[in-house]
Amino acid sequence: MVSVFSQYAWLIPLFPLLAFVLITAIGRQARGFAVFAGIAGTAISFVLSVLVMAERLGGAEDYTWNDWTWLSAGGKQFTFGFEINELNAIMLLVVSFVSLLVNIYSRGYMADDERISVFFGYVALFTFSMLGLVISSNLVQLYIFWELVGLCSFLLVGFWYHKPEAKAAAKKAFIVTRIGDVGLFIAMLLLFWHMPGSSLEFSQIHNAFAAGEIAGGVATAIAILIFIGAVGKSGQFPLHTWLPDAMEGPTPISALIHAATMVAAGVYLVARTYDVFLASPAALETVAWTGAFTAIFAATIAIAQNDIKRVLAYSTISQLGYMMMALGIGTMAAYQAGIYHLFTHAFFKALLFLGAGSVIHAVHTQNIQEMGGVGKKMKTTMWTFAAGFLALAGIVPFAGFWSKDAILAEALHHHPVLFVIGLITAVLTAFYMSRLFFLVFTGKPRSDYSAHESPAVMTVPMIILAILSVIAGFVYLPLTGESLHLDAVTMILSTVAGLAGIGIGYLFYVKGTWSAQAVAERFPGVHRVLANKYYIDELYQAVFVNGLRGLGAVLHAIDMFVIGGLVKLAAAGSLGLGRLGRRLQNGQLQTYGLVTLLGLVILIAVIAGRRYF
Amino acid sequence: MNLITSYLLLGAILFCIGLYGALSKKSAVIVLLSIELMLNAVNLNLVAFSKYGVNPSITGQIFSLFNITIAAAEVAVGIALLVALFRLRGSSDVTDMDSMKR
Repeated sequence: MVSVFSQYAWLIPLFPLLAFVLITAIGRQARGFAVFAGIAGTAISFVLSVLVMAERLGGAEDYTWNDWTWLSAGGKQFTFGFEINELNAIMLLVVSFVSLLVNIYSRGYMADDERISVFFGYVALFTFSMLGLVISSNLVQLYIFWELVGLCSFLLVGFWYHKPEAKAAAKKAFIVTRIGDVGLFIAMLLLFWHMPGSSLEFSQIHNAFAAGEIAGGVATAIAILIFIGAVGKSGQFPLHTWLPDAMEGPTPISALIHAATMVAAGVYLVARTYDVFLASPAALETVAWTGAFTAIFAATIAIAQNDIKRVLAYSTISQLGYMMMALGIGTMAAYQAGIYHLFTHAFFKALLFLGAGSVIHAVHTQNIQEMGGVGKKMKTTMWTFAAGFLALAGIVPFAGFWSKDAILAEALHHHPVLFVIGLITAVLTAFYMSRLFFLVFTGKPRSDYSAHESPAVMTVPMIILAILSVIAGFVYLPLTGESLHLDAVTMILSTVAGLAGIGIGYLFYVKGTWSAQAVAERFPGVHRVLANKYYIDELYQAVFVNGLRGLGAVLHAIDMFVIGGLVKLAAAGSLGLGRLGRRLQNGQLQTYGLVTLLGLVILIAVIAGRRYF
Repeated sequence: MNLITSYLLLGAILFCIGLYGALSKKSAVIVLLSIELMLNAVNLNLVAFSKYGVNPSITGQIFSLFNITIAAAEVAVGIALLVALFRLRGSSDVTDMDSMKR
């Protein structure tokens, strides 16, 4: 069937771009217009994405267009183009929908901020970049949008630039993801070198690797380098340190960028270039183990954090670890499961962040130890947050249950060790989320605050996302036309794990059977290590930051003394010669006579000596 | 070593002594004296060539008479200048005459 809307899919990123241009051109004063343009741009993109998806569901085929040459160098053309296939269509829908909801929510959350139009402009730019990334048809174009997305993250995390922590966090986010991007760039260079025709288009990469034209060490190197790029962007260990700090940005963008979309770009990249990974079992193992380790590592940190957004940030890192683990298992069913989890996670994590934002907006603190009993005054927030929480903990029939289960089922069949890690992480996930929920929403208030429910413009997006957190599990299957392989054993075990986590949380924080304080006092070392995030930031500071500073100091000294010394030597030489010459001009006749005599001698020597040379 | 070489050598030595004195002595009178020595060395050369040179003739001796006359005139003028300068500056030290420095 000929696809009509897919041919116009290139328009999807352009509306948010237009919104950004208009907002920036019209200026800071036009706040109402900025809000309108931001919401309108993403709404049109969303409508177009729905049309594209509807067409696909009706049986349309993949569509690729790759003909606009922007750079022609030595016989190689670099083109811009776009592509619509199964993976893309889902991502377009997710990105545009979450962006639309965040735009609407921000109208309420950022209403008091005087730079609100700048904010909407940046969010529109980000939406353009992410949509462009998703429909890219070749790796160069994807890299361009990849960097743009990183830039928007920097701009938005550092939005409140008066706060020094925000500035530092923005720089950290950009620099740490840049380290990953170097890996991706080297992978691009290797692909350019080895691919037939030096083509970097995804369809050609798919063909070349599926046919086994590039294999062995080269394929492993390319795959691992691409994965390094994904590690940076998706906050996997060891490049995860930027994500928790990025919580310094406004909460709506934590929901948009650091939960649903930008961090998903890493997973998307691995999925898009999956044939490269399939050609290299070693790379798949690396991906799986990195994902699994990150999942359990981040979950252990989350149980000891007191900032509501940081718990959610570590939760995001952990869930992305699940997705990477799924992709690393290597079977098509696991690949589907990973993407499925990406889809559901976008919704319930965005919901959780928006809920956290609603709480922070009302209570004006981010420390959960100072909250408590918020649910009494903020019922809508509490119930929507509960929906997100249950989805994340993987309780049936919420969305997270089906997607997490799909991953665990595949892990059980192909990689039992990873299954155990995933199951333990599920218990920890349920525990830290229930800790968060109970400490914030139930019990007695632990400090003075006045809470009131957020305005409708903020609660309606949360309600929509809450509904999706419940039904998204059932929505996915028609989108891809696959049947999900589920396993009774896995379903029972994961439900038990989720309920166990929630139960432990309940016993700790509601019934008070065990005291969290007592446990922390019995294991002070463990608690300190977890609360300080395993001291990884300090380690990086000591090794990399101070190491580079030391190297810089050494090079500075060389620059000052060695090179500067050489320059000063040249100057001193000239000065010395000058001083020497000055002694000649002393007004003494006898000196002039001597000089004349010397000149005469030299002349005679030259003329007489010509006979011999 | 033949005769002419000795004369020429003596002339050269005297000339060099005179040159050294002219370029390195502080007293103006000594400088004038050294210039006289140089002129006399030249005279010696001229006379040697007139007798033992390639074309012996009397031209050399006539030339040297002229040279002696000029030297005498020059010394007279030189001493006169020196006396005038001494009356003006109060010193006959050559190193003090450095107004060409600027």
